[in-house]
Amino acid sequence: MTERKIRVLVAKPGLDGHDRGAKVVARALRDAGMEVIYTGLRQTPEMIAEAALQEDVDLVGLSILSGAHMALAPRILELLKANGQGNVKVFLGGIIPDEDIARLKEMGIAGIYGPGVSTEQIVSDFFLAANKVSA
Amino acid sequence: MIHPDHKNTPMTTLTQSVLAGDRLSLARALTQVENNTLAGQKILDALFPYTGKAHLIGITGAPGTGKSTLVNQLALSFRKLEKRVAIVAVDPSSPFTGGAVLGDRVRMRDLSGDPGVFIRSMATRGSLGGLAQATVKIVQVFDAAGYDVVIIETVGAGQSEVDVARLAHTTIVVEAPGLGDDIQAIKAGILEIADILVINKADHPGTESTEAALRNMLELSHPVQKVFRHHDQTLSLAEPNPEKNPVTQSVDLWIPPICRTVATEGKGLPALMEAIQNHLAYLHKFGDWVARDQARLFSEFDLMLQSSLLEDFRARIPAGKIEQVKNSLQNRQISPQEAVNVLLNINRL
Repeated sequence: MTERKIRVLVAKPGLDGHDRGAKVVARALRDAGMEVIYTGLRQTPEMIAEAALQEDVDLVGLSILSGAHMALAPRILELLKANGQGNVKVFLGGIIPDEDIARLKEMGIAGIYGPGVSTEQIVSDFFLAANKVSA
Repeated sequence: MIHPDHKNTPMTTLTQSVLAGDRLSLARALTQVENNTLAGQKILDALFPYTGKAHLIGITGAPGTGKSTLVNQLALSFRKLEKRVAIVAVDPSSPFTGGAVLGDRVRMRDLSGDPGVFIRSMATRGSLGGLAQATVKIVQVFDAAGYDVVIIETVGAGQSEVDVARLAHTTIVVEAPGLGDDIQAIKAGILEIADILVINKADHPGTESTEAALRNMLELSHPVQKVFRHHDQTLSLAEPNPEKNPVTQSVDLWIPPICRTVATEGKGLPALMEAIQNHLAYLHKFGDWVARDQARLFSEFDLMLQSSLLEDFRARIPAGKIEQVKNSLQNRQISPQEAVNVLLNINRL
């Protein structure tokens, strides 16, 4: 009787206090049958990497609305890699200017979602990425 | 530190690095064990001889009473005593989709960055007793990995989610003011399993009446207490000191103390920590540590035996036979007992 569940960390790094988006996504992932670990507001990259390790997640979803994504996202990727979790896929949601998107993807962010993206899209991307991780 | 990719290495290596204190290996071992994979079963087999040392503390209570916040404070207090602390936080899975949002970490941010603390969130995955089926195994992994204290936080529990009492050495039931009257307090179930009662949010109105109701409940369930009450020794009631009791008294009597806390501010924690240490000393002194350990292992063994026998039994029944018998049952041709007998007789042939 083995049961594998996709485990996702949904985290809000940085100082902005708007977590409605993160909660909507967490809820959508839950409804898709995933186990979502929610960390709450104002997490440092170190806290997020530590939680990702302890929870042995397949995926990390970040919500950043503060504009600090170019500092926070690469730092989190770096810490995950240093912890031996380079295989964990990291997604980013928030207000991300077009010129940053290409650079973030180059750094290794698996997907970036701005306003107006459907939760169905996010869920299907997450499923795809999780199945690659476990393969 | 370089982390090998464990997917390509033998499981013995993973077990060894768990014992050596590698956190990534521990996290991955927990996943295998939680998913009940073959690798996970092997890990547990290898780790089992190293278990049996950790103090297992269960925290249960209704949703919103402040369990997670209290766990946060307890872990901080144990860290001051230089104990390594593992936390297993259980939240419910959705009965419809199997998904879950595990949010207990939100209240435990104070513990971040401390290598002496390891927090793992678990979903119940369909289990109903307040814990997940794999919780007992996850606790064993932490125990073997050398954590001195393992705190198990149940889902927000109602009246009958009492599995945690079978698992833990010390069960703490958290109440908050204003949740129920004295009839709630004398009902069987969750209050009966408490080794320590906590009234959290004790700065809220209604704390006095909640404590009075709990105290009345304790008096009903521990008649010996009344004798002490008669001699006006209320303090020794709350924290009984067995050494002072005459030898003829029932020495195995533990009367659950009632602690008031305000977990958000850390108030009342020293008294709660003292109650936990007293209970631990009591367990060792009167052999309850061994008794509880034995009860836990034997009940785990019984459950495993049942499910293995069932699996084995089903595998030996000819295909379609069970459905056939169920059909006869539904058509009222045979009774449930007869249906069982039919299947048992097939297996004996």
